[in-house]
Amino acid sequence: MSDATAKEILYRIRRFEPTRDRAPRWQAFTIPRVPGMTVLDGLWTIKQTQDASLAWRSSCRMGICGSCGMLINGRARLACNTQVSEIDAAVIVVAPLPNFDIIRDLVPDLSPMFDAHAALMPYLIRDDAREQERPTGEFSQSPQELERYLQFSYCIKCGCCMAACPTYATDPVYSGPMPLAQAQRYNADGRDGGFLRRRAVLGGERGPWRCHFAGECSRVCPKGVDPAKAIQLMKRDLVWDYIRLRKEQCPAAVMSKPKAGTRRPDIPEPPPRTV
Amino acid sequence: MLRVQGFPNRLGVRGWVGGGRWGMERYLYTLHRLTGLGLLAYFLLHIVVTASRALGEGAWARAMDTVSGGVFKVGEYLVFAAFAFHAANGIRLVLVELGFGVGRPIEPVYPYKTSLDAQRSLAIGALAAGAALAILGAVELLVLR
Amino acid sequence: MMRDQKLWSWHVAAGIVILLLLGLHMTIMHLDATLKFTSLNPAGGEPIDWANVAARGKMLFFPITYVLLLSAALFHGLYGLRNILFELDPGAGLKSAISVILIVSGLGLLVLGTWSAVASFDLAR
Ligand code: SF4
Ligand code: SF4
Ligand code: FES
Repeated sequence: MSDATAKEILYRIRRFEPTRDRAPRWQAFTIPRVPGMTVLDGLWTIKQTQDASLAWRSSCRMGICGSCGMLINGRARLACNTQVSEIDAAVIVVAPLPNFDIIRDLVPDLSPMFDAHAALMPYLIRDDAREQERPTGEFSQSPQELERYLQFSYCIKCGCCMAACPTYATDPVYSGPMPLAQAQRYNADGRDGGFLRRRAVLGGERGPWRCHFAGECSRVCPKGVDPAKAIQLMKRDLVWDYIRLRKEQCPAAVMSKPKAGTRRPDIPEPPPRTV
Repeated sequence: MLRVQGFPNRLGVRGWVGGGRWGMERYLYTLHRLTGLGLLAYFLLHIVVTASRALGEGAWARAMDTVSGGVFKVGEYLVFAAFAFHAANGIRLVLVELGFGVGRPIEPVYPYKTSLDAQRSLAIGALAAGAALAILGAVELLVLR
Repeated sequence: MMRDQKLWSWHVAAGIVILLLLGLHMTIMHLDATLKFTSLNPAGGEPIDWANVAARGKMLFFPITYVLLLSAALFHGLYGLRNILFELDPGAGLKSAISVILIVSGLGLLVLGTWSAVASFDLAR
């Protein structure tokens, strides 16, 4: 545990300025230690008081925008979600997320991840485009059906899982945990009918087959998304599909209002429709 | 789309072995790879060496002679131990990678429980079974013979 | 290019076959001192003594399961190796070359192994 009574804290930061540096270098900063400070707070202090050129991405500072993924003392995590006091070392070591090119200092180039994400069609695929554009009602979904994908929908696309995955460390063809978990999020959605279209990509090299359940992605995920679980469930679906055991689901239909019955007087009218 | 020329930062093969901070399943993954490669190397040689039995007793005896002796005995045991681990861990992987034992999708509530926790007892069971088999093999191959 | 969905399904299936047959093979070959298999090692002594090898070669069960185990293990092992090599990101050209080399050497060893099982079955009879 870092010394909570200390007045100061040492940061070691991996810097890279493409117009000046040929390779990344380390730089140390000593800043005042404030109770309750996060690793991100420390970066702000350094930027405001010592080196205004320090670059990183952050926005919400509350673990919801997914911008501030970094390698903090060897582990991929959110800078805003990590208390300085929870780091078990005397020095805070901050580097950009590995497995992505470094644009500058702590800013990784996440575009390969987003390209892979888009290639796996992370949206509802249905035949009734008109209903989706101009909805006449809600698609039916039971609470049990919601649970089949809800966990995976908490992903904030921070890329921490990609930085921790051993396969992604060497293989840029592999889609990686985030895109695969998101593909499973839609495959498992009762309103979706896109399994066969996604299978065209997932059945090949970009699919889940290079995942060997090392489980690093689920270990580092700051939102409890558990991509490793999504990927194994996806493998099961695809293997079942290959041996013709998978039940094809019809995308859920638009719910119709009950035709008979009267409304109980104590239930208020719904608000006016917005769509 | 805007493309920037960044500094390459992939971990490479170093990222396969990890080290230090990783969890149990990461080590099992590495060990499964190493034992798999070892078993494959042995197996390919084994096919060639044992093919000699088709040529009759003399050829078989000569082949067995070249692969006897202390080094081969220890090597043989290593193969057996690698098999014990790869088989036991393989049973876990078949189950887990087909989505059994990883648990259902749940609402993530802090502190998070992941699929890793869900299958941990399987992983420990597989290690124990592999170790038990390896010890049995040690008794057989190194002591009783 | 064969689809990984197919190949991986077979990889798992082959793994299960290997588990059963190699388990049997290892038990017979290595756990013979603790569990005596007098009918499989009629000559006594080591299971790799020629008399025992010949005796097992005579039983139809062994050549058949040898070939089954051989094919399953070759596929499982070589697909696993291919996976590891592909994860090193060798590029499209080298990937096809690797696939061809693995298929050719796998088929070669399959032929060699099948021949030896069949030939020693003949020899033993
Ligand atoms: S799965 Fe988790 S670690 Fe990966 S991008 Fe989503 S929130 Fe981040
Ligand atoms: S479980 Fe799979 S996707 Fe997740 S880190 Fe491991 S290999 Fe990568
Ligand atoms: S700043 Fe938004 S997740 Fe950290």
